[in-house]
Amino acid sequence: MTTPTYTRADFQTDQEVRWCPGCGDYTILASVQNFMAEMGLPKEKIVFVSGIGCSSRFPYYMNTYGMHTIHGRAPAIATGLAASRPDLSVWVVTGDGDALSIGGNHLIHALRRNINIKILLFNNQIYGLTKGQYSPTSELGKRTKSSPMGAIDWPFNPVALALGAEATFVARTLDMDRPLTQKILERAYRHQGAAFIEIYQNCNVFNDKAFIELTGKEERVHNRIDLRHGEPIVFGPDQVKAVVLRDGRAQVVDRASVDPAEILVHDETRPDPTIAFALAQLSHGPHGPTPIGIFRDAPRATYERLMADQIVDAQQRSGAGDLAALLRSGGTWEVE
Amino acid sequence: MSDTTATVNDESEQQTQTAELDRVVIRLAGDSGDGMQVAGSRFTDASAAFGNDLATLPSFPAEIRAPAGTLPGVSSFQVQIADFDILTAGDQPDVLVAMNPAALKANLADLRQGGTLIVNTEAFNERNLAKAGYESNPLEDGSLEGYRVIKVPMESLTKEAVKDSGVKGRDVLRSKNFFALGLLAWLFHRPQEPTLQWVEQKFASRPEVVKANVSAFKAGYNFGVTTEATKVTYLVKPAHLPPGTYTNVTGNTALAWGLIAAAHAAKLPLFYGSYPITPASDILHELARRKNFGVRTFQAEDEIAAVGATIGAAFGGALAVTGTSGPGLALKSEGISLAVMTELPMVIVDVQRGGPSTGLPTKPEQTDLLFALYGRHGESPLPVLAAASPSDAFDVAIEAARIALKYMTPVLLLSDNLIANGSEPWRLPAIEDLPDISVPFATEPNGPDGRFMPYLRDVHTFARPWAIPGTPGLEHRLGGLEKEAITGNVSYDPANHQLMTDSRAWKIANIASDIAPVEVEGDDDASLLVLGWGSTLGSIRAAARRARNRGHKVATAHLRYLNPFPENLEDVLRSFEMILVPELNTGQLRRLLRAEYLIDSEGLNKVAGVPFKVAEVEDKILEMLKR
Ligand code: SF4
Repeated sequence: MTTPTYTRADFQTDQEVRWCPGCGDYTILASVQNFMAEMGLPKEKIVFVSGIGCSSRFPYYMNTYGMHTIHGRAPAIATGLAASRPDLSVWVVTGDGDALSIGGNHLIHALRRNINIKILLFNNQIYGLTKGQYSPTSELGKRTKSSPMGAIDWPFNPVALALGAEATFVARTLDMDRPLTQKILERAYRHQGAAFIEIYQNCNVFNDKAFIELTGKEERVHNRIDLRHGEPIVFGPDQVKAVVLRDGRAQVVDRASVDPAEILVHDETRPDPTIAFALAQLSHGPHGPTPIGIFRDAPRATYERLMADQIVDAQQRSGAGDLAALLRSGGTWEVE
Repeated sequence: MSDTTATVNDESEQQTQTAELDRVVIRLAGDSGDGMQVAGSRFTDASAAFGNDLATLPSFPAEIRAPAGTLPGVSSFQVQIADFDILTAGDQPDVLVAMNPAALKANLADLRQGGTLIVNTEAFNERNLAKAGYESNPLEDGSLEGYRVIKVPMESLTKEAVKDSGVKGRDVLRSKNFFALGLLAWLFHRPQEPTLQWVEQKFASRPEVVKANVSAFKAGYNFGVTTEATKVTYLVKPAHLPPGTYTNVTGNTALAWGLIAAAHAAKLPLFYGSYPITPASDILHELARRKNFGVRTFQAEDEIAAVGATIGAAFGGALAVTGTSGPGLALKSEGISLAVMTELPMVIVDVQRGGPSTGLPTKPEQTDLLFALYGRHGESPLPVLAAASPSDAFDVAIEAARIALKYMTPVLLLSDNLIANGSEPWRLPAIEDLPDISVPFATEPNGPDGRFMPYLRDVHTFARPWAIPGTPGLEHRLGGLEKEAITGNVSYDPANHQLMTDSRAWKIANIASDIAPVEVEGDDDASLLVLGWGSTLGSIRAAARRARNRGHKVATAHLRYLNPFPENLEDVLRSFEMILVPELNTGQLRRLLRAEYLIDSEGLNKVAGVPFKVAEVEDKILEMLKR
């Protein structure tokens, strides 16, 4: 099959995009459309499945196959599709409320199964579509219409949650950082199995500047820790900060104060997710230094492959299904 | 049990007489660990091989390991065998095997007066009697007078029989169900071969178990011969069934096979997404064993994911099915509405059990009918079908799939605990006679300028086209938001929502013209019609037959299609003076009939977690005819 040549326009639909002006979703949409055009994926093989929420309108704007489903269930629906059609490239678009609150169960199970679906979680730390209630990633004490005295729910750290579910591909990016987002999308696509990408997404209407510590001109240089496979984890102005493992956790230290050999070297491929989890715990919220990039890309057998293998196996062992023989398998007798 | 003739048996058993019966009901009862289901199934298979017609009714405790020796721990298996086509597993056992005091206590009230009682005497010790709540030993206090009691020291006899088998310790007594089975084989002149063969196949990897079970079985048989445990043995001759090849099948198995057959007939891969739930799990188990048919079974994280994955598989072009029971159907409700909105074909199986809530998970009811029809938000109509017997589940599964695919709609298929776990002989259909239910996928754009219109409906069926991912040029988006007619774009237009609501309703209503009319059985000129649906078929037909044998005129009819109703149903109902609707609920079908046709009927309703006795339906028929 020859690779189709596309431009971004090939992935745009005739539907009017209805997010609020200035919403981070626009940038993410552009990144995804660009990535797909550059990759030259045959668009009839691509399916976008979403749940409910602002981000979940996404499939309507992608000129591929798509399904805008029900709140929280996109990973389950995508699982059925990917399990029965391993030839497709199945993408899930979800938000923090959709994936982590009402659909939390489906998310962790899709990840542990390692089914070949790529989950893009647009995390804006707020309920946008229902007009501004706190979400499962809103920070403690957040005042919203449903938490006038401040949220008392401890928030999820989505990357840590995905790693806890032993997802085989886990990454974090920012809506504004299109090159990084595209790079991560490509890596997720190439990864065999479930991929989880948390995208910090600004909701300029209900939760503006939630990620300012990572996106602000002044702040980002102090807080953004870029994870690079095979390299020591250093950051900050002139890379004066470093990450080390001490007392059973990851810690930020002055680079000059440590033996260079002690600086943690990032390894995406570690079979054990423990160190990736420690990195995820560096920040919560995000406040302060926060890792961005690919936390984990470790191979493991995919669900749909194991499922297909069992079918081949069963057919080799018992022969392709013979319906007449099946009906006789419980023993028969003849009546003349 | 009606004795017809009594003849002297062959020479080896000079002393014992054989009585010929037209039918007999046997119930085996014991602790859930006593192997009563196995013994019952083996007796059933031997009887099937012998050529009897039969029907079975297993009853399990809800707890897997209820305390041994207690009433809640009792498990039983009832089978009726006959020399004619019987319709139910029987109202009252003629023979009861009680492996312990609890089994006796839980089942004695059902045993026919004068019936035969086989008891394992060694289980009637003080401890077990106390656990069952007996103050005195019923084997000694005279309370069993009026029954023909066969006392068997089953445990020591089993121990003796298996002592050379190599089976040791606690496992020794596990063979006592085969001892009981051997005794029954003698008492009812059952062939021994099918049981012995089964044991050899089943335990092929454990020769010591084969030896133990075979020895126990033979010891039980010989115990009958040598002690002349009873003066009379019984013979139920083969039934005159239509010629063909038969197997004995449970409803869950038949349903699973029906789904495989439907996939074959539709030329589609089968996808079954399910979460374990009693009594539907055996469908998942059976399908999981059949991967060589290309079946994909997905054990989901919950009921919601099960229906979700099924919707995903349907979008991808599979014959997509999910199965559950009442509580699970409640959880699937939101997903089913999405399937209604996206007009994707799928089958949802609900094996009904006692409710509400966890209710009686191992008992049958027909209490989900209205829920199946209306248990969704918004106006979301879908076809509802019900299986009427274990083997009927095979045909209904294929029919449900046919309707789902042809009309691009989710279809709800109702079974229940009685059908799921009950069994009956089934004359195997010829595979070549299966209908072709395949539906072509869309491959070309159907709109102007080469565009694809996912909601451009077929003029006859009102089905929308099924374009599956992977088809170039037909990329489109489905979803839960209301869709514009034809284009499938999101639409908030009032007139469009009205149009789409009406279209979805009309599409389902129109299926009435494509289903078999309801058939009236029995006396066309009767004044009374007994109308049923689902697993009450057997009790209703048997009751009508008995009333006819008493010289009354009665007609019966049974509904496979609960939504839409067959087109001729109203005419049929109007042609009778009286209508009786027996249901294992508080009158759900009756309510539907009244709503639909303004026709009144009388109900016979029971929500006790047990099926109708034929006598209950018969009494009601006679009462109505007397008016
Ligand atoms: S409410 Fe927030 S997340 Fe939703 S579209 Fe508007 S800006 Fe974007």
